[in-house]
Amino acid sequence: MAETKGNVLGVNGNMVTVTVDGEVALNEVGYIHISDDTRLKSEVIRVQGNQAEMQVFEQTRGIGVGDTVSFTREMLAVRVGPGLLGQVYDGLQNPLPQLAERCGFFLDRGVYLDALDHNAKWEFNPSVEEGARVEAGDTLGTVQEGIFDHRIMVPFSVPGTMTVSTIKGVGSYTIDDTVAELQDEHGKNHACTMTFEWPVKRPISLFEERMKPDEPMITKVRLLDTFFPVARGGTYCIPGPFGAGKTVLQQITSRHAEVDIVIIAACGERAGEVVETLQEFPELTDPRTGRTLMERTVIICNTSSMPVAAREASVYTAVTIAEYYRQMGLNVLLLADSTSRWAQAMREMSGRLEEIPGEEAFPAYLESVIASFYERAGVVRLRDGSIGSVTIGGTVSPAGGNFEEPVTQATLKVVGAFHGLSRERSDARKYPSIHPLESWSKYPGAIDTGLVEYCRDILRSGNEVDQMMKVVGEEGTSLEDYITYQKSEFLDSVYLQQNSFDPVDGAVTVERQRHVFRIVFDILSAELDLPNKDDARVYFNQLRQRFLDYNGAEWDTEEFRSTEEDVVKLLGQKRTSTDPRAEELRRQADAGVGA
Amino acid sequence: MKKIYSQIQQIAGNVITVRAEGVRYGELALVSSRHGRSLAEVIRLNGDEVSLQVYFGGRGISTGDEVQFLGHPMQVSFSENLMGRIFNGSGEPRDNGPALEEEMIEIGGPSVNPSKRILPSKMIRTGIPMIDVFNTLVESQKLPIFSVSGEPYNQVLSRIAMQAEVDLIILGGMGLKYDDFLYFRDQLQAGGAMDRTIFFVHTASDPIVECIMVPDMALAVAERFALQGKRVLVLLTDMTNFADSLKEIAITMEQVPSNRGYPGDLYSQLASRYEKAVDFQGAGSITTLGVTTMPGDDVTHPVPDNTGYITEGQYYLRNGRIEPFGSLSRLKQMVNKDTREDHRALMDGMIRLYANSKESVEKRSMGFRMSEWDNKLLKYGEIFEERMMDLSVNRPLEEALDVGWEILAECFEPDETGLRSQLLSKFWPANNDVGNIAGQETA
Repeated sequence: MAETKGNVLGVNGNMVTVTVDGEVALNEVGYIHISDDTRLKSEVIRVQGNQAEMQVFEQTRGIGVGDTVSFTREMLAVRVGPGLLGQVYDGLQNPLPQLAERCGFFLDRGVYLDALDHNAKWEFNPSVEEGARVEAGDTLGTVQEGIFDHRIMVPFSVPGTMTVSTIKGVGSYTIDDTVAELQDEHGKNHACTMTFEWPVKRPISLFEERMKPDEPMITKVRLLDTFFPVARGGTYCIPGPFGAGKTVLQQITSRHAEVDIVIIAACGERAGEVVETLQEFPELTDPRTGRTLMERTVIICNTSSMPVAAREASVYTAVTIAEYYRQMGLNVLLLADSTSRWAQAMREMSGRLEEIPGEEAFPAYLESVIASFYERAGVVRLRDGSIGSVTIGGTVSPAGGNFEEPVTQATLKVVGAFHGLSRERSDARKYPSIHPLESWSKYPGAIDTGLVEYCRDILRSGNEVDQMMKVVGEEGTSLEDYITYQKSEFLDSVYLQQNSFDPVDGAVTVERQRHVFRIVFDILSAELDLPNKDDARVYFNQLRQRFLDYNGAEWDTEEFRSTEEDVVKLLGQKRTSTDPRAEELRRQADAGVGA
Repeated sequence: MKKIYSQIQQIAGNVITVRAEGVRYGELALVSSRHGRSLAEVIRLNGDEVSLQVYFGGRGISTGDEVQFLGHPMQVSFSENLMGRIFNGSGEPRDNGPALEEEMIEIGGPSVNPSKRILPSKMIRTGIPMIDVFNTLVESQKLPIFSVSGEPYNQVLSRIAMQAEVDLIILGGMGLKYDDFLYFRDQLQAGGAMDRTIFFVHTASDPIVECIMVPDMALAVAERFALQGKRVLVLLTDMTNFADSLKEIAITMEQVPSNRGYPGDLYSQLASRYEKAVDFQGAGSITTLGVTTMPGDDVTHPVPDNTGYITEGQYYLRNGRIEPFGSLSRLKQMVNKDTREDHRALMDGMIRLYANSKESVEKRSMGFRMSEWDNKLLKYGEIFEERMMDLSVNRPLEEALDVGWEILAECFEPDETGLRSQLLSKFWPANNDVGNIAGQETA
């Protein structure tokens, strides 16, 4: 069939109407030729008769009526293969550092570079033999990419079962060298290199089964791991007003999360924040591997001043790369900051298409698009039995900090955990500023649920007492209530809050969390001999001071043990008995651990 | 060979439609009517129908008027000759000086490659303690002043403009009252800063389309100077007027409004301007200070709200003072570690005590009994407001830090400040009693 050509008919913002002379597909990629050497990448977003409407991934200035348009017959796709890790891409997978070498300070339009290095050599180790029967997604061999065995897989789009007719032996090859040839049932040969493309908007579904996410993904943030855990393969969202610390929380997670690979999608946010990550990650060591954090990270960066249509594509580019690594049996975390900017990009396009607007002018399909994005997370068992996962955490930037708006609400429907940030807490410099009473998680955590619930109750009652005290004053509050209030404040300041700049307190292992949590639990469940409120206040101040020192002491050191002893001793001085309900919970928890 | 078209099909608000061929999106045209000539920009192409936004507005344009396409997008002249000059939103002089046509550059250019950005590291000194000490302004930062109409935000801007240690100041005025424009001009002239200042001014009575061009022109010129190694400070006042102009045009174009009538791309529009703030490696930098007036003092209004998500902090101007609460410079950590060793601790300590003094004020107004500690705090609060917060205070950072210590010494005993003893023994003013610090340590 002849290649489809077209001509520009109209321009409206970043949407271009094109008349076409042949077949076009929805989401097909085309190029608008504005001069002999400049062509602008675009995507078909609506077809009507012989007219196609395309969103342009660049500034549209200079496009004229009659300009020629060529179509690729391909959907917007991501190039996958070894060499993705450590890269910094824009939303269309152009490597930004290489773009800077070519164009200097600015992002010149119409320049598209290859996502992967064609000259790099990779040590290939075959894992199948000639004559083996393979399907899409099966492993042909591996190369070493940093610390990972990067699986070279049968391209995901290959149909049916094939026979390996040739396979290269051990040796070093570039990504373009043919490493295997596959023969289909008609005897036709397909050459496989180490790289192929996959359309970003189609989930990769080459697995045996999708499983329930129930293993916690440790973030080393106490408030998350203990109170609002996220499971590997789960989804969570972080809505919060500006200045509440969304991005900082994402940055902390990207450093400390116990996963194999982190994909950061900086979508429509400040460029300066990406720069911090770009400059710090190559310097920081991943304690699990001893290599730099950059070696386990891919950054997709389409900041707020970069073209809007590419912003819409960027989250899909990110999730597709995440799914690709999941197919190797790895645990991948995708952090999208911020999904509101992505939704706004959809809103802009919807407006240009003159679709009937939904709430706050967002398109009516907003909810289903958000849902299908988050549904690309999950734990899967692959055909070879290995388990891989994609966890998605997205920030939401609600207008006016009001969680009632459409993007937050649509997101809350589909995620498994909600970490709502509160302006009140961030103004009071209580970080992480996740609201401990409004947030929730449906995933099991690393610490016994019964004990955590007990603590949550204390937070809740403490908050009630606090509200009451604002009206009746300290004098009108009973001693018992006052102690509950002090306990909840204590829990907040020594356990919920965490100093991310402190070398020790900044990242707390799950082992330490379990250990420290028991001591906090002992304190919260103790009946204390405190005759009046002044004594109670002074006592809890002392306890807090000791505990903060304890939090600052490195795990399993002399200092750790002695500061712990200080805390325990101070507790012993005033403890008369323990709440029987807590005793019971503790017994159940211990039995659970023993079983 | 530029063809002239004289068939205007439609005139709606500031937008006219003509039939023309060979026109490119974003191209500029000259519309000549009985009332004068105006630039116009192509904002929509549909077959041979070309919609243009007329900079001077549609008023008085007749269907028989001439439209001549110029074959290039909006440009602005860039040279040293711009210094000290005043232009309007179309780039024409409004100071009776000659029009500049040398080295025309396009406005609204591409954004900077994030991988070419560097971490900001240089402080900009302003002589205002509430900025220098408490929320340091950093080179390449983008910061708005959130304020209510009636607050002296333009006075603050002009003071910063005159005192900031930068090579070049570019003022973008949008919807500026004519008096305010004159105020800026007179202040900068009196302060001797005029010869390193460039004005792009749209006043409240000028056509609305020009308002939108102002930040783009100011930033395009700033970008060129920065690439030549200049440290440029861009002042944009008032961005709410800019957003309102966007709204007006979007509605005229029958775009679906999103929030309180503002177009859905308000965030992207604001971001593409604010994100021009940059520090070029091996060259100069652009620092942007904007003013965002909050209608009804409502920070959740779409303009301040979207701005807050884009900028690196904000200064709240309230009751003629920069509020320490709510104001935030996200980049201050990058620089205040290298100024003086007591800077961070003093900053945190003084704000904490000021917050406590505010609580005491509240307690007093509710009729609670004042303790001795409350009285100390009340005294501190008053002195702090007078010597630190008042906008007339003008001191370099080091002097302001010394004053901070003096205020503390006047109101408190050293161990009441919550500051580390090491700093206290070094910085606590000598004529006050430091003996009890040593006493504390041995106790």
